[in-house]
Amino acid sequence: MAEAHPVGFQWVMEAKRRGAKVFHVDPRFTRTSALADTYLPIRAGTDIALLGGIVRYILENELDFREYVLAYTNAATIVSDEFVDTEDLDGLFSGYDPKTFTYGQRSWQYAGHEENSGDRNTHKERETAAGLRHESHGMPVGGQVQRDETLQHPRCVYQLLKRHFSRYTPEMVERTCGIPQAKFLQLARAWTENSGRERTGVLIYSVGWTQHSVGVQYIRTGAIIQLLLGNLGRPGGGVLALRGHASIQGSTDIPTLFNLLPGYLPMPHYTDHTTFTDWVDSIRHPGQKGFWDDARAFGASLLKAYWGDAATPENDFCYGYLPRMTGDHGTYQTVLNMIDGKVKGYFLLGQNPAVGSAHGKAQRLGMANLDWLVVRDLFMIESATFWKNSPEVETGEIVPEECRTEVFFLPAASHVEKEGTFTQTQRLLQWREKALDPPADARSELWFFFHLGRIIREKLAASDQPRDRAVHDLTWDYPTHGDLVEPSAEAVLREINGYEVATGRPLSAFTEAKDDGSTAIGCWIYTGVYADGVNQAARRKPGRDQDWVAAEWGWAWPANRRILYNRASADPDGRPWSERKKYVWWDADRGEWTGYDVPDFEKKKPPTYQPPEGATGVEGLAGDDAFIMQGDGKGWLYVPTGLQDGPMPTHYEPAESPIRNPLYGQQANPTRKVYDNPVNSVNPSPPQAHSDVYPYVFTVSRLTEHHTAGGMSRMVPRLAELQPAMFVEVSPELAGELGLAHLGWAHLVSGRAAIEARVLVTDRLTPLRLDGRVIHQVWLPYHFGREGIVTGDSVNDLFGITLDPNVLIQESKVGTCDIRPGRRPTGPALLELVGDYRRRAGLAGGRPPIVTTEASEREVG
Amino acid sequence: MGLKTFIAGWPVYRQLTGTDPLGRGAAAQSARSAALTARTETADSMARSVCPYCAVGCGQRVFVKDGQVTQIEGDPDSPISRGRLCPKGSASKNLVTSPLRQTTVRYRRPYATEWEDLDLDTAMDMIADRVIAARDATWEDTDEQGRTLNRTLGIASLGGATLDNEENYIIKKLFTALGALQIENQARI
Repeated sequence: MAEAHPVGFQWVMEAKRRGAKVFHVDPRFTRTSALADTYLPIRAGTDIALLGGIVRYILENELDFREYVLAYTNAATIVSDEFVDTEDLDGLFSGYDPKTFTYGQRSWQYAGHEENSGDRNTHKERETAAGLRHESHGMPVGGQVQRDETLQHPRCVYQLLKRHFSRYTPEMVERTCGIPQAKFLQLARAWTENSGRERTGVLIYSVGWTQHSVGVQYIRTGAIIQLLLGNLGRPGGGVLALRGHASIQGSTDIPTLFNLLPGYLPMPHYTDHTTFTDWVDSIRHPGQKGFWDDARAFGASLLKAYWGDAATPENDFCYGYLPRMTGDHGTYQTVLNMIDGKVKGYFLLGQNPAVGSAHGKAQRLGMANLDWLVVRDLFMIESATFWKNSPEVETGEIVPEECRTEVFFLPAASHVEKEGTFTQTQRLLQWREKALDPPADARSELWFFFHLGRIIREKLAASDQPRDRAVHDLTWDYPTHGDLVEPSAEAVLREINGYEVATGRPLSAFTEAKDDGSTAIGCWIYTGVYADGVNQAARRKPGRDQDWVAAEWGWAWPANRRILYNRASADPDGRPWSERKKYVWWDADRGEWTGYDVPDFEKKKPPTYQPPEGATGVEGLAGDDAFIMQGDGKGWLYVPTGLQDGPMPTHYEPAESPIRNPLYGQQANPTRKVYDNPVNSVNPSPPQAHSDVYPYVFTVSRLTEHHTAGGMSRMVPRLAELQPAMFVEVSPELAGELGLAHLGWAHLVSGRAAIEARVLVTDRLTPLRLDGRVIHQVWLPYHFGREGIVTGDSVNDLFGITLDPNVLIQESKVGTCDIRPGRRPTGPALLELVGDYRRRAGLAGGRPPIVTTEASEREVG
Repeated sequence: MGLKTFIAGWPVYRQLTGTDPLGRGAAAQSARSAALTARTETADSMARSVCPYCAVGCGQRVFVKDGQVTQIEGDPDSPISRGRLCPKGSASKNLVTSPLRQTTVRYRRPYATEWEDLDLDTAMDMIADRVIAARDATWEDTDEQGRTLNRTLGIASLGGATLDNEENYIIKKLFTALGALQIENQARI
């Protein structure tokens, strides 16, 4: 955090000054470690083993915050007797289908809800990253469940969790993660001691957790700990994602993502969402509790914002205009399709996949096989120049005179040359004022897409093709201003907020959304950002003039609420858990919820409220159902439906690992997304042969002085000067073993590429001792490429493509490689080197073995 | 210069007798630095902005004089950043004024070995034509069983995490109306 989010880290230091203990877990000792109380080195890709150890420590010692756990989590809920755990299936759960490598989830359901899973096709859900829809809400589950308040029932969630994590002992943590037991116990004690009415603990993560083939389950394990310790919905608690780009939260909420529409509404699937009603009911889940019951109004209002007068209740608000998904249309599948010649045109908008995405060669070969490419950026980045300056040009795999891609480079406006909102990492929208016009041909994306849309609409105006009706009917009349004819960002923000169609009055809250076409809302979770016709994101009341919640600085979704599920900051009776941790509470005299923040609960619903028999939707939420977007109103220790890889997190080795999974026969995530494409490959891991060809673990992250793929830092003189070269950090032990000299050169070889870097010998990396074997890890920054003031090889070239099954994010925080002293060969000799390793590793293409349990070994053997 | 003036002008004397015992402010100031004026004071205008790098969202103040950005510094009003910026945020002025910044349209013909110049309006028109043509060539009304698809898989896009919400909104809106599905950004990565 001190490295990549330094200014946010001031608050960690502030907490430390006030007595908080700071633990830092990382494969490499960083500037964060230097400022932490305790640093725990970890083998990359083993966080579930560590966190699972903490879960076991809590449950074996009964250190959970019992009142919170009973009231606000599903600990007491009884699970189906059809469920079989990984304990009994060597690392698989019940319901696994070895043909599709997915689970049928019937047996995972709550008891009596087995039919809930219906005919859901989990293979289809994986293809469309269906889990991503749940960023703002839980998965479907019926409201009424069987519970055992004593937590003794052998099939209650609490007991299932206890059994599932029973093998995650301190010894196992040491064997798997390489963390000494004494350090593990130090962490376990400190974490559990900061729990209860008076104290909380916070968990902070970043892409070190998401970029794994089991990434979602890492975060799930963190959430289990935080729920057990009562650290969610309370001040000083939480599972905080530190996102890496100025508005990456915004680009998820208002998604430029294939499977989502604004506000986490799903992009329709061609068989699941045939009609408007199918679509909204798949979001509503009629019969379940919670606020998603209004999905029909959110869906209708979005279509109304898109297609205006043409969208009527009679034509289902032009629902038929929406394109339909048939499967995986994610960025990695798309790149493989480019290589196969299926994609004609590609837009890159402030993004540099030639350096920033996994498997750089696949990215560049894909771009070299397009009809046309539009790159919009501040600088001439590698993704614009791949046809003349790339490793493939050097090896002869891309020949400029034979590369057919037509490339348009359009200069972009910088953040000070346009106005608009960023949504930062805590869901806070902040409006930026424009300081000056962009230079020469530089323009904002708002300008580019508004005018591109205008020109396309003009060119298609005379068309009577049915497909063009969605273009003709689009509301595209944004006001413009100035010499550049810049569209008004504020007008777009007003549409995002939503308005009453008849009067144009901006809406104040998403509860005003209607399903009859009388409201238009671009992104329902942002409703309120333009309440009363005022740009609430532009509010800048100085922090020193406000309380510590600072509710009058910017605007947070939803409803300017700063801590989600803050009903849980009060006890079941609505009283603060303690004076010290007071945040939101029930004011009995006034008959309403109040506090420092906007209560995340119906304002007038008392803590004692019990829903009438059979009540659903918002009415179905009891006065102590704090997790109001979950189908049963509870925080989920156990996830009965919606996750692809299991209802409870399980340690699987990374797709590329030098060791056999110490916990189960199942080596890696049995549902991970693997692509069978000749350009892709996965280095062998046990129990496969030849894993010794790539014996070392490498991991990557950021430097403070650079940003992501370098497009905003290698081109900036001051930053380039601060970190001028690509390097690899190695431990003194490994340097000795391989004969690497400090400040000399080394090259790293994987099944995809070989790259070179300067050697930095440092004890920031620790050789890990696991079961008597030493595992060496090396670390590299991923910022470098061939353009800009400072250049170097790109470490993302080393990675292949393996994805998390829930959200289709790639495993690019851990891989295996070999390391050799000296510079890499160049030209065709480079291909020969990589090819020689591939032959020795038996990498002929095709998928690696997915199921590796003892039972499967017997079947095969 | 009298002796008294000489001694009073001596930084150690000022440090010991003045209001700056740590010698980090007025006591350490030379005549030259006392005569300097901050760029922030002479700016024509100041815009309140947000740092474009990571997602912490630090407040920035952007100072402009004579049509040039002359200074970008932390906004002390921000309850998030309290006026602080990291090395990247502090280099923001260097980002927007970098000599490497590309400010004109560049065009690479198929099979060409070099860039050439292109007029912005021409580029916009050419891109619009290519979008329409790619969409026409790859359009799918239905699958082979007659189920609605209403889309093109011939056009893709990547990017958006460094863009504004308003920009992402119209990007998604336009592409969705055009039937283009493969719209992705860094949040997938």
